[in-house]
Amino acid sequence: MTSAKPMIELKDVQKWYGDYHALRGINAEIRAGEFFSLLGPSGCGKTTLLRTIAGFEDITSGVVMIDGKSMEDVPANQRPTNMVFQSYAIFPHLSVEQNVGFGLRRDPRTAVEKQKAVDEALEMVGLKGYGKRAAHALSGGQRQRVALARALILKPKVLLLDEPLSALDKKMREHMQVELIKLQRQVGITFILVTHDQEEALVMSDRIAVMFEGEIAQLDDPESLYRRPKTRKVADFIGVMNFLPATVLSEAGGKVDVDVHGFGRATIDAAQVSNSHDGATAVGFRPETLTLLYEGQVAADREAPGTVEEVVYYGDMTYYDVKLDGVAAPVRISMRNVFGREVLERGARTRVAWAPGALVLFR
Amino acid sequence: MKPNQNGLRSYTIIYLIFLYAPIILLPIFAFNDGTIIAFPLKGFTTKWFEQMAESDQLLTAVKNSLIVASASAISATILAIFAARASTRYEFRGKGGLMALIMLPLVLPEIIIAMAILVILLQMGLNLGLHTIILGHTLMCTPFAIAILTAAFQSLDKSLEEAAYDLGEDAFSTFRLIILPLVLPGIISSLLISFTISMDEFILAAFLGGTETTLPVYIYSQLRFPKAIPVIMAVATLLVAVSICLLIVAEYFRRRGIAKTGGKDTGGFL
Repeated sequence: MTSAKPMIELKDVQKWYGDYHALRGINAEIRAGEFFSLLGPSGCGKTTLLRTIAGFEDITSGVVMIDGKSMEDVPANQRPTNMVFQSYAIFPHLSVEQNVGFGLRRDPRTAVEKQKAVDEALEMVGLKGYGKRAAHALSGGQRQRVALARALILKPKVLLLDEPLSALDKKMREHMQVELIKLQRQVGITFILVTHDQEEALVMSDRIAVMFEGEIAQLDDPESLYRRPKTRKVADFIGVMNFLPATVLSEAGGKVDVDVHGFGRATIDAAQVSNSHDGATAVGFRPETLTLLYEGQVAADREAPGTVEEVVYYGDMTYYDVKLDGVAAPVRISMRNVFGREVLERGARTRVAWAPGALVLFR
Repeated sequence: MKPNQNGLRSYTIIYLIFLYAPIILLPIFAFNDGTIIAFPLKGFTTKWFEQMAESDQLLTAVKNSLIVASASAISATILAIFAARASTRYEFRGKGGLMALIMLPLVLPEIIIAMAILVILLQMGLNLGLHTIILGHTLMCTPFAIAILTAAFQSLDKSLEEAAYDLGEDAFSTFRLIILPLVLPGIISSLLISFTISMDEFILAAFLGGTETTLPVYIYSQLRFPKAIPVIMAVATLLVAVSICLLIVAEYFRRRGIAKTGGKDTGGFL
């Protein structure tokens, strides 16, 4: 589906609002046909970047290219992009089909052909037969679909989505995530999604740019981002990451020997090292890379003793905070509640299985 | 029921009687067959309305008032559209102070405004007439118009404009296709309320009118003649009826405007 040809190229994009440096040199290439996410906390510049691509914000310096053409001096109404707004921006005085067909006003096609295009767009988003309804009488999920149909009917090269799911409840949001992925595969248009929800970004995206304070901290596919975060900040923002203080003992031939507090000595691969220099040396690992060992079980690789400090039961999963012997802060471990596996009590003594291959060394 | 609620209820009833009893007396005496405004009533007649329709002076005053009210409503609303748009969409230095100054005539004593304008007009050597009343009334109606239109523009989501622009429209067609239809109820409401205010206004009209009389000025001048009073009652009755109708229509449009943009009602005049 995705090809290597860039649809959007951003070269050293800078944006100042008065004294405020909103975008601090953004460099990125977004491929044609990919589902790309801009992920970050509020105020990180992700929405500004999206609006810059749409043409709603002028950039202070740098280059924005869409499909090989510089967008300098190209206003928003002439760019090959369309946007789904956070508030959906459905025109309240128009009907559903007038909303969807709004962008076709200057289209030279006949009224019959336009009507057909509107009907097709409505069917694509699952709103067949809703055309005559008043726009203000729709539910949140339906408004979102109208906004999608309205943007996609113009067959843009890039569809921009500004936190489109944030106003929906959890069930609806999860449903729309899957629908959006399917829709994107069906139309093959490049989608750029802005979100502050790391789970949403992981679920939906081919690639994700994690942004902090006007800069891209890491641009990767979801799995690399989750398994090999380049900085502690990225690691912390995406999912849960445990950290244990560590000391580097020696380094040779692409291998690093470390002493991890609570775990002991381990040899890890150079590929597992993040030279982020944003804090004391530590190893990080995800809760699901650890396993609690029950009576009679033996670790496949390595194990460490500890005490269960807190138990958080989620139904399908249980989260344990386990204090490893000799370490002050507990580590979080997630266990699937498979049939026959008992949930441990607080205060129980336990053993934790871990593997050096799952560690990331931050130094 | 709590004891003090009885007291509050009586207070409310007395208050409403005090407020509306004199107005209810107007139509009663407008249809009373007698020149003296006193009970007991003498019988039903419509002759005061007939006399009213035959008075040239009165008809001229009505025509003047209609001209002044229409012109003031239109110019105040046009000025208010610009001010409301600027204050809701753009941030600029001194915005707060500027808007406060524009809204000030709402609370400034009218007599002061009337005197000040009169002195300046006379100093400038301008003739007084309907045009000077229109000037004064525009000044007075503009703050009301801005209050109504600011609410209309405020409930307009900025992303609606951006969406229209994003879908290929330019600034002008966006205004025509999106902004105007959505604030139109506010504009109509502003026109009607400005019209009503100008129609009823006395002080500015008396000071700035020169030899031209508007309806309130004419009514006041006729109160000296006891024989004319029943006719005035008839005029006043019609005036009250028209004012109430206009206010209801204005409020209807204001509410419809808010409902259209999906906003919440946060005040208004009715």
